[in-house]
Amino acid sequence: MTAATAFRTCPTTGLKVHAQADALIKANAVAATVSLLIGGVAAVLVLLTRWQAVHLLPADWFYRILTVHGMSMLIFFIIFFEMAVLYFASAVMLNSRVAAPMLGWLGFALMVAGALLVELMMWTGKADVLFTSYVPLKAHPLYYLGIILFAVGALVATCLFFATLVVAKRERTYQGSVPLVTFGAATAAIIAVITLLHGAAVYIPTFLWSLGLMPMDPEVYRLIWWGLGHSSQQINVAAMVSIWYLLGGLTIGAVVLNEKISRSAFVLYVLFISMASAHHLLVDPGFSPAWKVWNTSYAMYLAVLASMVHGFTVPAGMEAGMRIRGFTKGLFEWLRKAPWGDPGFSALVFSVIIFGFLGGITGVTFGTEQINIIAHNTLRIPGHFHATVVGGTALAFMGVTYYVIPLIFRKQIAFYPLVRLQPYFFAIGMTVFSMAMTFAGTFGVPRRHYDISFSSAPFAVQFNPAVDLIIGVMAVGGLLASLGGGIYILSTVWSVFFGKPLPVDAKVAAVPAAILNPPKEPPAGDVEHKGLTSGTLVLVAVFLVCFIAYYFVNWKLLSAVWRVG
Amino acid sequence: MNTGLKSPTGIWWKPAHKAERIWVQIAFAWCMVLFAMMPLWHLKGAQNPSGIRATVVPNDFAKRTYEFINTYKVGDDHGVPVVEPPPGSDVYLMGRMWAWEPVLRLRKGAQYTLHLSSLDVNHGFSLAPVNLNFQVVPGYDYGLRITPTEAGEFTIMCNEFCGINHHAMVGRVIVLDDAPPAPGGDE
Repeated sequence: MTAATAFRTCPTTGLKVHAQADALIKANAVAATVSLLIGGVAAVLVLLTRWQAVHLLPADWFYRILTVHGMSMLIFFIIFFEMAVLYFASAVMLNSRVAAPMLGWLGFALMVAGALLVELMMWTGKADVLFTSYVPLKAHPLYYLGIILFAVGALVATCLFFATLVVAKRERTYQGSVPLVTFGAATAAIIAVITLLHGAAVYIPTFLWSLGLMPMDPEVYRLIWWGLGHSSQQINVAAMVSIWYLLGGLTIGAVVLNEKISRSAFVLYVLFISMASAHHLLVDPGFSPAWKVWNTSYAMYLAVLASMVHGFTVPAGMEAGMRIRGFTKGLFEWLRKAPWGDPGFSALVFSVIIFGFLGGITGVTFGTEQINIIAHNTLRIPGHFHATVVGGTALAFMGVTYYVIPLIFRKQIAFYPLVRLQPYFFAIGMTVFSMAMTFAGTFGVPRRHYDISFSSAPFAVQFNPAVDLIIGVMAVGGLLASLGGGIYILSTVWSVFFGKPLPVDAKVAAVPAAILNPPKEPPAGDVEHKGLTSGTLVLVAVFLVCFIAYYFVNWKLLSAVWRVG
Repeated sequence: MNTGLKSPTGIWWKPAHKAERIWVQIAFAWCMVLFAMMPLWHLKGAQNPSGIRATVVPNDFAKRTYEFINTYKVGDDHGVPVVEPPPGSDVYLMGRMWAWEPVLRLRKGAQYTLHLSSLDVNHGFSLAPVNLNFQVVPGYDYGLRITPTEAGEFTIMCNEFCGINHHAMVGRVIVLDDAPPAPGGDE
């Protein structure tokens, strides 16, 4: 392949795109979407079972499908998509070739093989152990082997990301420092390495244990498993925040207010995230209070600080970008006149809000050592992480997909009028769903539970009568979000396989307007900062008030339960 | 200025502007409050998940539980023994697929050391409708000093997946109001 055919120049961004980067992004994105489809079907089945009025599945299939839902979404969908993000943030954004494309395909093949093996084991009922597979619950050895293959594949692709960074630097494909989005993706990749090593450290011994070759301590398993289980959510956070900066730049030309602040915040993620496993073990018998307090706080909440910093700099960069381009009236003209019909933009805004207000606040609160007593394993926990991973990460991924389809696949977006509404369906649905779920959990309703009417139990459990209603609201929200998810899958699959190609110099096409008319470049050099972010200051003040209120209400709730120590 | 997609050129390690600096300072201060609350609650609060933590062989834990049951048994409920231990005593509750044993009869305002463990897989101790939750791990004895602060009927759900009949794993606690004066009761 000659240099001329190996690269194309993107007419929108002017970036040189390596054909192998194109192909690897496409393959990983397609695998992610297939995983999302499987996980999404499972989601609806789980939802319709937990909704006691319908109670669709029998018990064995409920737990089986819940396992499928967890693995397909949290591992396969998210990590395939993140691999696509890594190729984009390295080769595409830096005008570089992929360092060793064959390694990329090797990693991809391992990931696909591992995912298929795991799906096979789950669907045939040989791994009814749920996502966490807490030892000594035992799955078929091939289930663990599948996860190991998948993790090794992801590790190969992640190493290739670093290799591509080195190649780009050495071949001088860019000037100055790497862009902030690439920097953020690099922190996601570093956290991915930490995570995948934890994965190896827990699943290889567990695989041997399942073959009867070595013992496994249940508490040690929980400790190391969460080094994988939680840290992998931290890859999502770093990748999602990178995409926030990316979508801000693509949709409205959001600027980076201060590279130092944003990049330092990313570094805080790397430094303090590996302690995150602790806040799953707060009411466990294996760990001392001092260990719990120090680790669960991510060393004094410095990783929370990072998210709060991004929670300011992302909207503030958007506000500044809009103000520089003339939307200067009042506090919120920049927000009112923003392109709300661009699904990339609306997905970005909703992702920031749902992640911060619902996911962030609940996460920090439930992850407090003592407050965890009134949250652990109740519906409050999935209520929290559906806000972070689904309303936050998945929605950001959906938003960026509407740019990937025209920019990478060079296709128009199928059913575009419907797609413009998709982020609204998904965001409103997920907001209702996760708030209702969290609220039901406040009454002690357990997560991962087939039947909260306890019809087959020796003793009846009486919940607050409001619980039935709240579960009904949760179901409605979940179904609305599923509709949004369905539109996303339908549109992306249709666009990629049957979509109309995007003409090179199109003036009208079914794609976000910013693809055809990219936002003007911001002025070089510094600009006057006075009043540039005043609207955002009001927004973060509201956020802080909500945070403080929710946090202390939970201490109040805790103080009302039995004395325990 | 540049977007996050462009490489910043020159030296970008510059002091932050005022609004950004103020927010970082406020956020940091709030993080310190979040951190301080946990040690503070250990000193001043009445709900902490500290407990007495030890490893235990599941069979030994079962032995202790049966000894406890034989000593304080007062009846049966749905085939599960009911025990009424004196205030201040050690109380044993074992989880296994798919039952909690025994049924406990406690006194309001009295303190007990509740030992939780499992004979097989992980279980979740979840007291309803109080909403008090602890992880129950095989091989580990979690000794929690608990004081019921209200009388009534309570149930113990399992809230950690433990197999096909997980949702039927429910135990029972009865708290009686007429608290006798107890040595080592309320601390």
